[in-house]
Amino acid sequence: MKSFPLIWSNLFRRRVRTFLTLFSIIAAFLLFGLLRSIAGAFEMGVNVAGVDRLMVSPKYSMVDGLPISHLAQIEAVEGVAEATHMTWFGGTYQNPTNFFPKFPVQPRVYFDLYSEYIIDPLQLDAFERIRTAAVAPADLAEQYGWRIGDRIPIEGDIWLRGDGSDLWEFELVGTYTVRDDESTFASFLFNYEYFDEARIPETQGIVSNFVVRVTDPDQAGEISARIDAQFENSINPTRTATEEEANRQFAAQVGDIGLIMNSILSAVFFTILLLTANTMTQALRERIPELAVLKTLGFTDRRVALLVLLESVLLCGLGGALGIAMSGFALQALGPELEGFLGQIEMTAATTLSGVGIALLLGVVVGLNPALSARRLQVVEALRK
Amino acid sequence: MSIVELQQVSRHFTKGRQTVEVLNGIDLNIEEGDFLALMGPSGSGKTTLLNLIGGLDQPTSGSVEVAGRQLVGLSSRKLAQWRSRNIGFIFQFYNLLPILSARRNVELPLLLTRLGGRQRRRNADVALTIVGLADRASHKPGELSGGQQQRVAIARAIVADPRILVCDEPTGDLDRETADEILDLLELLNREHGKTIIMVTHDPKAASHARHTLYLDKGNLVREAA
Ligand SMILES: Nc1ncnc2c1ncn2[C@@H]1O[C@H](COP(=O)(O)OP(=O)(O)O)[C@@H](O)[C@H]1O
Ligand SMILES: [Mg+2]
Repeated sequence: MKSFPLIWSNLFRRRVRTFLTLFSIIAAFLLFGLLRSIAGAFEMGVNVAGVDRLMVSPKYSMVDGLPISHLAQIEAVEGVAEATHMTWFGGTYQNPTNFFPKFPVQPRVYFDLYSEYIIDPLQLDAFERIRTAAVAPADLAEQYGWRIGDRIPIEGDIWLRGDGSDLWEFELVGTYTVRDDESTFASFLFNYEYFDEARIPETQGIVSNFVVRVTDPDQAGEISARIDAQFENSINPTRTATEEEANRQFAAQVGDIGLIMNSILSAVFFTILLLTANTMTQALRERIPELAVLKTLGFTDRRVALLVLLESVLLCGLGGALGIAMSGFALQALGPELEGFLGQIEMTAATTLSGVGIALLLGVVVGLNPALSARRLQVVEALRK
Repeated sequence: MSIVELQQVSRHFTKGRQTVEVLNGIDLNIEEGDFLALMGPSGSGKTTLLNLIGGLDQPTSGSVEVAGRQLVGLSSRKLAQWRSRNIGFIFQFYNLLPILSARRNVELPLLLTRLGGRQRRRNADVALTIVGLADRASHKPGELSGGQQQRVAIARAIVADPRILVCDEPTGDLDRETADEILDLLELLNREHGKTIIMVTHDPKAASHARHTLYLDKGNLVREAA
């Protein structure tokens, strides 16, 4: 491109202004790269599934909870081999960025049901026997430097203790690994019995959902229907789905995260659009005599318009590329911190390409109006001023 | 042989309900190789006439034939292409691009040719050498004096080797001595390089460098011996 030096040096006519604009564009695309990648990790993390497992959840809202008394009824349903419950604990370990799922569970049944979780039988015994026992995924324990026997304090938020304290302390009695490293939901597990006794009495007996192993995976649909029929007219109706479906429903709620992120990004890009458009319009106004000179020299209207348009595309493209590259680096640096709860976070080719696409589009949108003005510019009139 | 041939050229400007008749039925022939000075009071239409000859503007009526081409009715695109090959423009206030070095400024018209980068640079340097500024090639306009900037502008006007140079008060912003240098340079381009030059000026001394002088008054041309 012969005119590149001309376009390039125009960008540096007002260094400060160009750098401020460039900086804003970079910031916007840095945000874009990060948010899209994180949203992507949310969407990806939910493909884990056990085919023969069903998840029984409250029919209307994930946060409602279900009475533990449902368990016996579920176990009695034809086709149910085994069932247990899980309760979303929330809570914070040391600081809120240390995010990992925590569940009070029934140790023995839980590890029976989640047969892909591998634990030393002696440690499982200890988990069952010791009231305040907890087990953690081995990599999580490694990440936080936990040893067997360590006391692990968790600050409760959803569940407070009956004694008025919000500090829960667990003793790490074992670690487990996940076969084939399949699940991204490996969680910090502790004894339900202790949890239930210790929590505020009014909240006792409430769990988040039930996990069911069926005798025949091909019958999963019928068994689900039978379970839900049991509770249809109770005050706690249920919705039963395969783990995969449940995860998909979870993803649908998580999908709102995608929506939120996209809303944030739209707002950011809209601001950037106005800002950059303003810069470009100003840059054009200052340059009218020069564009007229170019036309005098024989640059056609189209060519002058193209110069103006390319200048804007170059600025936005450059900002976009730098911003996305920076978000790539940032993810590499932050990745290990976040991966504990989001699974693999990486810049996908799709994120990169759509980022670059948006940047170029931004350049075109922003440059279009100045380019058209440049095209219409009448040499004689412009030179008279 | 005439390189510029105007017949019954009129140029009126309409502003609202008012019509200003700036040029009225001008006939003008300029021979190839001439150096013509165009004088006249301010507002008499000198620039307007120059713009018509340079293919920047269209007449209200009449015929404008320059360098063998009838310019009346050409599209803006065709005119632009024609200008890039046939006309070099020199303005009172130089009109260089402040962000570009002298060499890049001179190179601008060559961006419209098929020449490669190295050849463009070489031609730009030749043009700068002709105007005596080879050693300032990498300076920006802001780092040059008025006279030097006008030389760069002249180099830019000649770099694509046009047959005609159109100058609108090229010394209007310069002191006497610098003006004379610029005028000498134009004379050189006329004599040694065969450029046809049409120069608008207020300054009788500047006009004395030309071969002929024409006066424009109230929309009409008056020829006078140089
Ligand atoms: N585009 C235009 N619109 C309206 N009036 C114009 C325009 N161009 C020139 N004029 C008028 O035409 C007259 C001659 O202008 P110009 O050719 O610039 O004069 P000169 O160069 O001799 O000083 C002036 O009165 C000027 O106001
Ligand atoms: Mg004038």
